Amino acid sequence: MKITESNSMKFLVGTLVSALVTYAIGLYGNLPWWSFAISNFIIAILITQTPFKSFLSGALGVGLTWLTLAMIIDQQNHHLLSGKVATILPLNGSYVALIAITAFVGFLIGGLSALAGSYVRKTA
Amino acid sequence: MRILPFIASTLATVGLISVLNIQLKTGKTLTPKLGYFLSPQQGFWKNAEKVGASFDANIVAKDLKGNVDVYMDDRLVPHIYADNDEDAYFVQGYLHAKFRLWQMDFQTRVASGRLSEIAGADKLTIDRFFRRLGMVYGAEQTEKYINENNPVMKATVDAYTAGVNAYLKQLSPEEIPFEYKLMNYQPEEWSPKKTYLFLMFMSYDLTGRAAAADLQLTNTRDFLGYDLFDKLYTNQQDSLDPIIPKGTSFAEASIKPTKPVGADLAYLKKKETTDEAQNISSSPEAPDKNNGSNNWAVAGSKTKSGRPILCSDPHLGLNLPSLWYEVQITTPTHSTYGASFPGSPAVIIGFNDSLAWGVTNAGRDVLDYYDLKFKDSTQKEYWFNGSWQATTNRQEVIKVKDSADVVENIAMTHWGPAMFDAHYQNEQSMGRNLAVKWTGHNASTGVETFYKLNRAKNYDDYIGAINLWKCPGQNFVFASKTGDIAIKQQGSFVARWDRQGDFIMPGEDSSYDWQGFIPNEENPMIKNPERGFVSSANQKSVDSTYPYYLGTASSFPLYRGISVNKHLATMNQITAEDMQGLQTNNYNVFAEVARPALNKFIDINALSSDAQKMVKEMNNWDLYNHENSKGITIFKLIWDSVENAVWGDELAGAKVKLTKPEAYVLVDQMNKDSNFIVADDIRTKNKVETLKEQVNLGVEHATKKLLELEKENKITWASFKATSVNHLTKIPALSRLNLPIGGGVNIINATTENHGPSWRMVVHLTDEIEAYGLYPGGQSGNPGSPYYDTFVDYWAAGKYYRLLFLPKAKLIANERTKWHIQFKNA
Repeated sequence: MKITESNSMKFLVGTLVSALVTYAIGLYGNLPWWSFAISNFIIAILITQTPFKSFLSGALGVGLTWLTLAMIIDQQNHHLLSGKVATILPLNGSYVALIAITAFVGFLIGGLSALAGSYVRKTA
Repeated sequence: MRILPFIASTLATVGLISVLNIQLKTGKTLTPKLGYFLSPQQGFWKNAEKVGASFDANIVAKDLKGNVDVYMDDRLVPHIYADNDEDAYFVQGYLHAKFRLWQMDFQTRVASGRLSEIAGADKLTIDRFFRRLGMVYGAEQTEKYINENNPVMKATVDAYTAGVNAYLKQLSPEEIPFEYKLMNYQPEEWSPKKTYLFLMFMSYDLTGRAAAADLQLTNTRDFLGYDLFDKLYTNQQDSLDPIIPKGTSFAEASIKPTKPVGADLAYLKKKETTDEAQNISSSPEAPDKNNGSNNWAVAGSKTKSGRPILCSDPHLGLNLPSLWYEVQITTPTHSTYGASFPGSPAVIIGFNDSLAWGVTNAGRDVLDYYDLKFKDSTQKEYWFNGSWQATTNRQEVIKVKDSADVVENIAMTHWGPAMFDAHYQNEQSMGRNLAVKWTGHNASTGVETFYKLNRAKNYDDYIGAINLWKCPGQNFVFASKTGDIAIKQQGSFVARWDRQGDFIMPGEDSSYDWQGFIPNEENPMIKNPERGFVSSANQKSVDSTYPYYLGTASSFPLYRGISVNKHLATMNQITAEDMQGLQTNNYNVFAEVARPALNKFIDINALSSDAQKMVKEMNNWDLYNHENSKGITIFKLIWDSVENAVWGDELAGAKVKLTKPEAYVLVDQMNKDSNFIVADDIRTKNKVETLKEQVNLGVEHATKKLLELEKENKITWASFKATSVNHLTKIPALSRLNLPIGGGVNIINATTENHGPSWRMVVHLTDEIEAYGLYPGGQSGNPGSPYYDTFVDYWAAGKYYRLLFLPKAKLIANERTKWHIQFKNA
């Protein structure tokens, strides 16, 4: 696969838009927690990329947003709550594992929803 | 559009979201909705508070009449300065909600039998128990009474409620407390009824043990026969050191309760076989027998400063979030500081500008069962005073998560609700139809006592305030800056004849009914006694010259009171620090009596070498339950084994679990009568065991366990006892486990496995009050807050915080004052 400049630009823009929109709609606590799946789906329709790139850009958009948020919160909280939750869940009390799982959930749903969107416009 | 990949990826997305959007079953518990729970913008991460964050805020609340300034100190204790009383309670409600919302909601759910609604059918047995006991019924009586008769209390509780709801209204969905997210349900509006339900729960916690004990005692008596029962469960406590010193003379009783004719046979000696019960439902664990407390006050004559010192440490279940929340409330009418209940307005245990007060549980029996005869299975009529009387039906609808509603139809009788009937039985009810009569069902102004204590200026105000108190009966200790000290046992106490209500009573006519309540003036009390101190530790309040029956002796722990009084009697030139030392004192006065009694019967040469070693170590023990002590662990295990060896056979063979006799019964017997009849193991037919044999058997048995403990490194007292402060859900990760703390049953520092001094307070009544205190928890109920368990380690170490109780200008200037929350009405 040959990566052209416009393609990598698209990828970057797609990822950034996904991240920004994910963060923005997440500020509305009344909306369901999975609202970003819908925005990612739409973004993937509007910013056409290969299914693989759409997936990756949607996955990274949400995954990195969640990763960053969780890491900042956890750092400021001195791992007080993550340590407890990582014992309940059970992750052996590892806040690193808890942050990783948090990011992975965002990554996976973000990616799949973008993938679905990418197939709306894409012809074989 | 590529249909197939589109469908596949859409399905995968929707499927994954769906799975992460439901509660999954893992064993007996449900996970949270994982996607929601993990979302950093909505889930638990939102509850992870920034360490060092400011609590400064400006809050506009249109329900306020004036403005309120709240200053938070470095321990996150709010100091509320309000223009008027109602505003102060509004803000107290707001702050309780801000820091303890989930706990307030959860505790009232337990009280009102609404756990199944959030946790599913597993909790039905607990819900049914509380519904049938009449918890909601009692709260309704109080609500109705206050609404109709007490405008000041109504306004107080209404203002508090409005404060809680003002917080709820501005609470955004992602900010709801952690536990709601974990258990997947939503906060709901507060109401005055919930405050009354919470107070009902305290009534249950402190008087509801009779709901289990009366059944157990009845079954124990039926099994043993009354004569043996009366010997083993004697109400005679030879070493009693009562709250009101022995020799105090009491006024003649104005009510002379008379035992019904024929009660000796029909009631006391009753021996009947009952059918095996059907539909047995397990009851919640009965309130802890050690729900008690210490309180005392020493007069200026015994202190270094010449001013009284008052101490109070209520012993209750140790939980996170704590039952207590510290607060200062200052308005133009009064200024007070102390521990408050999230769920109720006012300060419950504390002090004000003029005086201090504290409470311990009275332990008096105020709950009885009456045996009912229903005409038929419809339960529409029951036999009473010679004819069939109609019951009324009370319906309680229990909502159950993921399941249909359960409806409890409760027959209401002259006595009260028919708690046990054909539809509801527990392990101890033995198929009987039982109505429950309880002072907790009666309307009470409850919180008014504390409202008035918060404002009391002198002894007369104190008496006026506490005389309103009905249930649960308490020992209210008092000390004032002017030098008065006093203690009074106050509550609605039934004027009982001897042993009335210890067992299930016949309910077919009114002859076994309560014959009246003891007038307030006849309740035990003492003011400024010559010995220079007053105290209580849940022991019997009076000796046998008091003209009313208090209830079965097993409700009154004996030894802690002896220990408190013994120490106070010898102490002089007392300082606040000395009093802290006494509250955390670990001396074991029971072992002081029981160890020599054991030694009387231990035949050291007949023991194995391991057992000899253990006995030696026990005898070298200094009698203090310190955290690192091994001697106490050895003593406890030996004592327990000996008790089991002695009582085991008497109680074996019963269909249901019977009550073990009190420890003092065995100690007294060992000290005076070595041919104690009960020592004989009736299971060995051809042999009469002597107490000596039983004791040595017990020692050998204990030694086996002790050797195991030694191997596991669990023989030191703290590691054996493993004190924990449990989260209300009992989730270990949210609890504090294995705390390094001594103490125990019979010890002034009454810390057991998860029970003990839930708030320690020492108040020196100098001109500017010098007060110390803390509870094993933290001001924030949020497990994600640095203030969640702030005080636990300090508490375990027996240390205290100096409490900041200052007028506004001085508090603002104090270096420990950190934040300012401003409440404005516009």
